[in-house]
Amino acid sequence: MPKETDIPRLDALLEVRDVSKSFNIGPLRQLVLDQCSFSIETGRLTVLIGPSGCGKSTLVNILAGYEAVDAGEVSFLGTPVRGPASDRLVVFQESALFPWMTTYQNVVYGPVVMRNRSMTDIEADAKQLLERVGLLEFKDKYPNQLSGGMQRRAELARAMINNPAIMMLDEPFRGLDAMTRDLMQEYFLRLYEDRKQTVLFVTSEIDEAILLADRLLIMSNRPGRIKHTMSIDLQRPRTPDILTSVQYLKYKQEALEVLHSEAVKAFARGSKAAADFLEAYASQNEETVQPGK
Amino acid sequence: MWNAARIYKSVVSVTVLRGAVSILGALVLWELGRRLQVPFFAAVPAPSEVVVALGKVIGSGKFWNDWAASYSRVLVGFFAAQIIGVPLGLAMAMNRTFYHFAFSPLEVLRPIPPLAWVPTAIIFWPTTELSIAFVIFLGAFFTVVINVLGGARNIDERHIRAAASFGSRRMDIFWKIVLPATLPSIFTGMAVGMGITWEVVVAAEMIAGKSGLGYFTWSSYVGGNYPQIIVGMISIGLAGYISSGLIRSLGKLATPWQRQF
Repeated sequence: MPKETDIPRLDALLEVRDVSKSFNIGPLRQLVLDQCSFSIETGRLTVLIGPSGCGKSTLVNILAGYEAVDAGEVSFLGTPVRGPASDRLVVFQESALFPWMTTYQNVVYGPVVMRNRSMTDIEADAKQLLERVGLLEFKDKYPNQLSGGMQRRAELARAMINNPAIMMLDEPFRGLDAMTRDLMQEYFLRLYEDRKQTVLFVTSEIDEAILLADRLLIMSNRPGRIKHTMSIDLQRPRTPDILTSVQYLKYKQEALEVLHSEAVKAFARGSKAAADFLEAYASQNEETVQPGK
Repeated sequence: MWNAARIYKSVVSVTVLRGAVSILGALVLWELGRRLQVPFFAAVPAPSEVVVALGKVIGSGKFWNDWAASYSRVLVGFFAAQIIGVPLGLAMAMNRTFYHFAFSPLEVLRPIPPLAWVPTAIIFWPTTELSIAFVIFLGAFFTVVINVLGGARNIDERHIRAAASFGSRRMDIFWKIVLPATLPSIFTGMAVGMGITWEVVVAAEMIAGKSGLGYFTWSSYVGGNYPQIIVGMISIGLAGYISSGLIRSLGKLATPWQRQF
C-alpha cells in the first residue's frame, strides 16, 4: 500500500501548524482542536473525515477565516490567514442560494460582483457548469422551484465558477437521501475531474470519503487532531463501481481501523457517540473487534 | 404575505360564483327590508334608490372630481410615505447607530392615531390640502417603516455571509441582497399602508375637506340626500379596493420568486 511518504511532495497551498482552539461549552472550557497539523496541496481533493462533534466544522471556520485560532498558525500561500477572503470559499451545510435570483443569476453572482471578467466569459463558464451539473434547462428557475439535490448542485456551480484557490465543502451532501447523495457524488466527481480545483471536502461518511479523495485526513474524537493521513491512489475518472474493488476495501479497512481505535479511546472516556460507532463496527466486522479493549 | 397564486385562483373559481350569489342575495334582502318596512332597514335607502342616485351623479363632473381629489391626496400622501419610509427603514436596518437614534422617536410618535394629528396639521401647514396630505402621509408612514425594518432585520445571516465570501462590496450587499430580501415586506407594508391611507383620507375630508369622496359622503348627509350617502360609501370602498389591487399586482410583478408553482 502506498504510504504518504512515497508520493512526491507537491507544493502546500494551505499549511495548518499546531492549531488549538477551545470554546466555552456550558460552564466548562472545552478543547475542541488540539495541536492540529496538516497541509493541503494544490489541485488535489483532500477529504477530512472524523466522528461527529470532533471539531471538523470548527476547523473549516478557522481555515475560512471566520474564527481565530487560540494557538498555532494557519498559512495560506505562505501568508497567515486573517479573516475571510474570496479565494478561500466555503460551501455551507445547508443551501444558501439567494431565493430572489434565478439559478443562473445565483451562479454568476460571484464573478459579477468581482467585476474582473467579461460578461461573455462569465456567461460561457456558467452555461458550461450548469450543463455539467444537469441544471442548464433549469437556469431560469428560482431556488424554490428546484429539488434539494438540484439546489446543492446549483450551489456547487456557484462556488466553482469563482475558481477559488481552495474550495471548502463542509458536509455538503448531509441531509440528502441515499440515492440523491450518490448522484451528488457523481456530479461532484465530474466537476472536480473537469476543473482540478483544490478542494477540502469534509464528511463523516467513509464511503463518500474514499470515493472522492486523493488524500484522506482522519481526525480523532474531540479534542480533534489529525490522527492518520492516507493517499488514495484509485484511478480517475472514478465511478461508483470502485466501491467494490479490492483496493478500495483495503483503504476502507485501514481507515476504519483508525476510526475504531479512536472510538475505543473515546468510549473509555465516556463518549456515547463512540459507543454507537463501536457497535456498528462490531456488527459489521465481528471477529476483529473487542470493544473496551 | 400576499400570495399571487391564491389571488389568481380566487378570481376564477366557484368561490367567486358563490360570493356573487351571496352578494346578490344580500341586495335582494336589503331591497325587501326597505319595501316591507322592516325595522332598521326601513331607514336605509334601498339598492334601487341608490342606483337612481348613482345615475344622477355618474354623469356629473363634480362626482368624478371628488374621485380625483381623493385619489390625488391618497397618492401624494402614500408616495411621500414610501419615499421617506422605505429608505428610513432600510437605513435603520443597515446601521446600528442610526437605528438607536431613530427608533425611540418613532416609537413615541407611532401610537398616536393619524386623525389625532388633524388639528396640529391644520395649524402647522399653510393650506388645508397640505394638512390633509400630511395626515395621510402619517397614516401610511409608520406602517411602512416598521414593515421595512422588520423585513430587513430578518434577512437570513447565511445569505449575507455567502455574499460576503464571494467578494461583494457593501453596495452589492445592499442592492443585491438586502433590498430584494426586503421587497416582500416592503409590499406588505404598502398594502397595509394603502388601507390606512383610505381610512384617513375619508375622515380628514369629512373634517376639513372641500372636495373628495369623504366630503361627498358627508355633504350628502348634511344635505339630507340619503341614497347619495350610500353612493359615496360604495365609491370609497371601490376606490380602496382598486388601490390595494394595484399594489398587489405591482408586488406580484416585483417579487416573481415568491410565486407558488
